Amino acid sequence: MEHHVSARVNDFAIKLANVNGTGSASANGLILQAIFRMGIPVSGKNLFPSNIQGLPTWYEIRVNRDGHTARALDYDLMVAMNAQTYDRDIHEVRSGGYLLYDSSWPLDPALLRDDIHLIGIPFAEMCNEAFNEPRERTLMKNISYTGAMAVLLNLDLTIVETLLAESFSRKPALRDSNIRALRLGSEYAQKHFACPLPFYMEAMNANVGKVLIDGNTATALGCLYAGATVAAWYPITPATSVMDAFKNLCEKYRRDKETGKNNYIILQAEDELAAMGMVIGAMWNGARAFTSTAGPGVSLMNELLGLAYYAEIPVVLVDVQRVGPSTGMPTRTQQSDLLECAYASHGDTKHILLLPANPAECFEFAANSFDLAEQFQTPVMIVSDLDIGMNDWVIPELKWDDTYRPNRGRVLSLEEIEALPKFQRYMVENGTQVAPRTLPGVHPKAAYFTRGSGHNKFGAYTETPAEYQEVLDRLLKKHRAAAAFVPPAIVEGRGSELGIVTLGGCDAAVREAVEIMGRRGIRMDFMRVRAFPFGSEVEAFLNAHETNFIVEQNRDAQLRSMILLETSVSKEKLRSILVYGGFPLSARHVIEQVMQQIDQSAEPLPVAVGAWVRK
Amino acid sequence: MPSIAKPAVVHPSAQRNHLGLTQRDYEGAMSTLCAGCGHDSITAAVVRALWEMSVEPHMLAKMSGIGCSSKTTAYFVNGAHGFNSAHGRMPPIATGANAANRELLYIGVSGDGDSLSIGLGHLCHAIRRNLRMVYLIENNGVYGLTKGQFSASADVGSKSKRGEANRMAPIDPMLLGLSLGATFLARGFSGDKEHLVPILKAAIAHRGFALVDIISPCVTFNDHNGSTKSYLYTRQNLIQATQSDFVAPQHELLAEIGLAGEVAVTLHDGSVVRFKQTPEGYDPRDREAVSKYLEEHSGTGKIVTGLLYVNEDVPELHEMSNTPDHALTKLPYEKLCPGSQVLAEMQREWR
Repeated sequence: MEHHVSARVNDFAIKLANVNGTGSASANGLILQAIFRMGIPVSGKNLFPSNIQGLPTWYEIRVNRDGHTARALDYDLMVAMNAQTYDRDIHEVRSGGYLLYDSSWPLDPALLRDDIHLIGIPFAEMCNEAFNEPRERTLMKNISYTGAMAVLLNLDLTIVETLLAESFSRKPALRDSNIRALRLGSEYAQKHFACPLPFYMEAMNANVGKVLIDGNTATALGCLYAGATVAAWYPITPATSVMDAFKNLCEKYRRDKETGKNNYIILQAEDELAAMGMVIGAMWNGARAFTSTAGPGVSLMNELLGLAYYAEIPVVLVDVQRVGPSTGMPTRTQQSDLLECAYASHGDTKHILLLPANPAECFEFAANSFDLAEQFQTPVMIVSDLDIGMNDWVIPELKWDDTYRPNRGRVLSLEEIEALPKFQRYMVENGTQVAPRTLPGVHPKAAYFTRGSGHNKFGAYTETPAEYQEVLDRLLKKHRAAAAFVPPAIVEGRGSELGIVTLGGCDAAVREAVEIMGRRGIRMDFMRVRAFPFGSEVEAFLNAHETNFIVEQNRDAQLRSMILLETSVSKEKLRSILVYGGFPLSARHVIEQVMQQIDQSAEPLPVAVGAWVRK
Repeated sequence: MPSIAKPAVVHPSAQRNHLGLTQRDYEGAMSTLCAGCGHDSITAAVVRALWEMSVEPHMLAKMSGIGCSSKTTAYFVNGAHGFNSAHGRMPPIATGANAANRELLYIGVSGDGDSLSIGLGHLCHAIRRNLRMVYLIENNGVYGLTKGQFSASADVGSKSKRGEANRMAPIDPMLLGLSLGATFLARGFSGDKEHLVPILKAAIAHRGFALVDIISPCVTFNDHNGSTKSYLYTRQNLIQATQSDFVAPQHELLAEIGLAGEVAVTLHDGSVVRFKQTPEGYDPRDREAVSKYLEEHSGTGKIVTGLLYVNEDVPELHEMSNTPDHALTKLPYEKLCPGSQVLAEMQREWR
């Protein structure tokens, strides 16, 4: 029986199976960038192992003319470059799809499926013939499959060659070998197969004014632009590239042209606990400082986050979430640090969380986080994840408003201090929940004793219940007051009785699911929560809908738990859709679970406005 | 003494330093430690040293962790910001503070629980960074606030108040410091303020991290027979290895430096430490010789005091990081933000 996939332009998904440490990441990035330059909406997801060299690694590319770039689970083309994983890779190709493999060695007939098409190209043989060095042979194999894919999918080879020329502008010999390898693949495919395949690309104009950037770089840029001068960290996947990017940016843009000095300092701490201590010390002294880490680091930072909260010291923490608990799966993505971050540390604590969905928001939220932290004199956490942080995303070009000046919060100037009869650290100003602070090194009259032990509003040690409670109660009010200053939830709807609520990197998959289900007659209003404390719009949306599906990437429904803790919404209104295996969310995950819950519901669910459907 | 309430008025005959301040201007809140606590004597020595050095009160930052010793930052220099942080975490907080503003003088006060147990890792790395600060360990071999457990500096065989003997080897901050590349190591005794003051002054003038271990008997939990950290035991077993004078840069005694048989070390700010007394063949600049000397006395029950090691040739954190001479906090925002045009240009790379 013949199996065919439908003919499609700019609407397909590819999965590449590679061995990590062989240079495939560069080739896959090259393909992604070339598609981007063709003006087509695209996404790339790196599904990599926690390993340096030798283990299986995958890369997924989704091309979608309508801009749906969440992870697709139906692969039209599998580029199987790792013999170790042939069996599962072949299994994942959609019926009628194609398998591109290295035919230098025969495929095990036991693995074959009769509903997919095979494209065998002897990449290893060709590269062994064309190149001498063993390392070069391995690397060039990747570029030659890029060449083959280009003609199979109608990827513009001129763009690929231009990109290679740009990458190797200072290494002409390398550029030439790359182009030679590229042509080995493209010419072989052209000669032996019908090109292009039924699904292929045509240039579009969708990427004008857009850039291809990962979230961690965007976060680092936000910190740079906000004026952060002190950065402290401990290496951890998947947050390391935040600090790598910050260092690169500082070396370029923060070396003083007149003095040759570094107008920044990056402290690689002995552990995350120390990194948090360094941020606290620097912020206490009036610098803008931040740290970047992942869940295990936040666990260690819990102790000092409580100190910063109680002593009212601004902190900026970037948490690039990975899979927990414990070491978990360091190279997989999850949204499982929400509760850990929101209520970090012993005692009664609540923190401000910013929840970006993409690199554009990473930049924006990182830049704003310093204003919020200083304005409210408290920790602010940017809770991103591995998918956002380490994958390249197409986003509108980042813009900066040159009239921006940092909001340093209430810091008393020398003149203000001199005019004061006496400085008392935790006395709030009229109408606010924030007390003015002073910085060391300004005036002896401004000195106070910062402490994590019980203190009263004057800043003095106390063990008196009423005095202690007065300060602790104000901290709660201060946290609530921040709700009006954090990014509001994004709400889109037309009065359906079903709501779907999500956060962070789930945005694209949930939107796509809403669109697909809408076409099937299940209309849902959409809300993406972007910060904690929740603004009033969050509660309003949840109350306005009979049933709300909360989509998040963790086992314990952490966002739902926070909603139950922090709003008056009844438990019955909230249903969970949880996908937490470690890979980025796909619309299919959402649709399947929504449909299942609708089908299995004992109570009827309003699946469309005015239409009640029973099982 | 900050442990005694004093009249608010300063006697007109009180001596004043270069800033016109009296020692009273360097005092802090009333001590809440036990009467006779060694820590209060150390506080008095700190007050004396800061006063003699004419440190501007508001240019001092007092850093501490948690414990009896850490409370003492409240008992000196009311005009300086203090940060009583979390148990063992003072070194990283001091690192961040110093990174942001290198113009302040940082004095960290810690204890043996804070520095040698819960915060030992942080101490080691602050030493490695050669963070410019004075770091005091008020060392009494015992946990005071939790009522008398052994600390990591308790000697083998030393007995608790209840008669239990410690079996585990002590951590000696001086030997530890030497192995980590520390650049200033001194040990003092709270009962000997006279020798402590010049050590503290030299520590303040030191280029990088100055670690001062001060045996400071706990009168409540560790001052009994059988304890090797009691006043009596310390006095009986103390070997004052070196005796040093601190000579400020502008001091006239400068001319006398370099007399035959004396070791003189010039510190970063031009001041000089003059060693009036050292053991035969001992050179406080020679790491190997110091190590050998300390090893020889280690485990003998003797307590070696003095400014034991100093090395002014190692760059401190800011020098290693090529930061500006002034505080990073003084940089105007305009110097820190590359602006919209640069942002547009750099994004060409991501097309």
